[in-house]
Amino acid sequence: MQQLHYLGKQTLSMISGLGRAVILLVSAIVHVPNVRKGTPLLIQQLYSVGVLSLLIIIVSGTFIGMVLALQGYTILVGYGAEASLGPMVALSLLRELGPVVAGLLFAGRAGSALTAEIGLMKATEQLSSLEMMAIDPLRRIIAPRFWAGFISLPLLTAIFSMVGILGAHVVGVNWLGVDSGTFWSVMQEQVDFEKDILNSVIKSIVFAFVVMWIAVYKGYDCEPTSEGISRATTSTVVQSSLLILCLDFILTALMFVK
Amino acid sequence: MINSAFEANLVEIENLTFKRGERVIFDNISLSIPKGKVTAIMGPSGIGKTTLLRLIGGQLKPESGNILFAGKNIPLLSRADLYEVRKQMSMLFQSGALFTDMSVFDNIAFPIREHTKLSENIIEKIVLMKLEAVGLRGARHLQPSELSGGMARRVALARAIALDPELILYDEPFAGQDPISMGVIVRLIRSLSDALGLTSVVVSHDVPEVMSIADYIYIVAEKKVIGHGTPEQIRQDSSPLVQQFIQGDADGAVPFHYEAPAYRDELIRRVSK
Amino acid sequence: MKDMVSKKVELLVGLFVALGLAALLMLSVKVANSGFGAGGESYQLFAKFDNIGGLKVRSPIKIGGVVIGRVSNISLDDEDYTPVVTLDIKIQYNQLSEATSVAILTAGLLGEQYLGLQPGFVDDSVDTLQPGDYIEDTRPALVLEELIGQFLFSQGSGEE
Repeated sequence: MQQLHYLGKQTLSMISGLGRAVILLVSAIVHVPNVRKGTPLLIQQLYSVGVLSLLIIIVSGTFIGMVLALQGYTILVGYGAEASLGPMVALSLLRELGPVVAGLLFAGRAGSALTAEIGLMKATEQLSSLEMMAIDPLRRIIAPRFWAGFISLPLLTAIFSMVGILGAHVVGVNWLGVDSGTFWSVMQEQVDFEKDILNSVIKSIVFAFVVMWIAVYKGYDCEPTSEGISRATTSTVVQSSLLILCLDFILTALMFVK
Repeated sequence: MINSAFEANLVEIENLTFKRGERVIFDNISLSIPKGKVTAIMGPSGIGKTTLLRLIGGQLKPESGNILFAGKNIPLLSRADLYEVRKQMSMLFQSGALFTDMSVFDNIAFPIREHTKLSENIIEKIVLMKLEAVGLRGARHLQPSELSGGMARRVALARAIALDPELILYDEPFAGQDPISMGVIVRLIRSLSDALGLTSVVVSHDVPEVMSIADYIYIVAEKKVIGHGTPEQIRQDSSPLVQQFIQGDADGAVPFHYEAPAYRDELIRRVSK
Repeated sequence: MKDMVSKKVELLVGLFVALGLAALLMLSVKVANSGFGAGGESYQLFAKFDNIGGLKVRSPIKIGGVVIGRVSNISLDDEDYTPVVTLDIKIQYNQLSEATSVAILTAGLLGEQYLGLQPGFVDDSVDTLQPGDYIEDTRPALVLEELIGQFLFSQGSGEE
């Protein structure tokens, strides 16, 4: 009986939480942005969401590409198939590692920062204060952050995949002696624009949506105390990471399995 | 023509009941806030004084009752109308609620930039005027993190009056202030009210400060208004609850002990178990 | 929340967006399709083969192991349906004699295939190859299955 009661309570609070999240999402993205006032806000957020995530994305992308090349080479060279190093690296990065790893890093870097920032604004009554000034915090605070994330992650993912491939080129071609022309030509032959690159972009857009939604909702809905904010920040990272991995499987199944 | 009751009272609260979950916070209370005066709402901590301000500001919706602001019933307003009404009021939050990523100047300019299309030149003049009123014109370039608690509250006050509202709601303006900044804020609230004809609502439990500036005082406790009047009338009030509150006695009409079964019975029950 | 976005922030955001778009463009052009990237001036020669095996566009062209160019196009001749390979050769190697032969070779047993040039002798009687010329002396790719087939066939006939 006790357990049933608990289960019911949890379900209800989950549903009401989801309802609040949907309302937040709708009111954040349905607003038609005001060009005069909205653009500087968006640029500011593109800076803190996108530009500040750039370093971690470039560094991780390079190393992941380099490691892929090293591992791939040692395996492929056993079959004399080191010519396939290029497509192996490019396809791994474009199809899976780029969107997923960039998404996870983005959740850790930008998502957690956003939750903490919005949570802190709530705790210090800045959101209330905006409301009392007759300024809608959803429009002023939430919407620009949401859109900035939505624009940033696909770009970050493309940068991640590109530097990864360049990193693999350095290791594979410059160190291990795979022919540069073969590296690119075999890659070009096997990488399909629609199937691989477009799908990579679609995945990153979906992940951006998930991370931003969770991040702004957790911040906006958090308990306005120090513990509340730290709990919200943690759960932003955990939940968006799990959702990214989960959705990646579903998307891969839809995109690549006929 | 505005009817005469609205002329005298800017805010009129009628038969307000507010619950948080199952807990009743206000049970059918009524009070009126006269125009151009400083009205204080006092009471022990945790009885929902801040909640009352949020109800007036329309951030919370009451269970039942009316909250009339200049004749408009706040709980029934549409979102757009509510935002329109809020332009005529402002609230000084307990923490100041300054925007931490802007300088003092930008904080005060913020509501003006948002709600008007004035040129930067004019905005600068207005901001400096407001800063001068709170004595912080020299601090315009500082960041909120560089301000002391008292200064932050004064900057927040300057921001609250940036658009010349009709009503200012002060949420615990004296809490956590040293005696000097307390004195400064007392003076500011009084002088803003006198000079600009602002209607002020001060929520506080600091008895001497409130007694010194309020024109009219409501004492709220146990979900009800337990006493109201001018400071002089409050001092003469015969209610033991009111007397306990303004004297600060530990025990009295508000008991020292939280409601519990008799201690002796409880001890005996434990032992006999 | 700042109203005045500083010039530095605007610049960095601009750079970020440009970098992202450049990465996308590079992915679509350099990784997915051919296009840029050859670099340097070159001239074209043609060669007909019976069988090109696993030769690909952008496969290297080598003389004695040194890369002197890349395959830029592979197509079938309109009339006799034999494969025609277009060779993009760096401009500094423009003194190849007409007696040059070309073969499709394999790096290692299963490795990538490339074009190996064997430069012919140069004297007054032999002209150099001009841009657009066909290299006459070509040897097709070795196809493993054919080789094995031939080997088994010759073994079988040898016993009789």
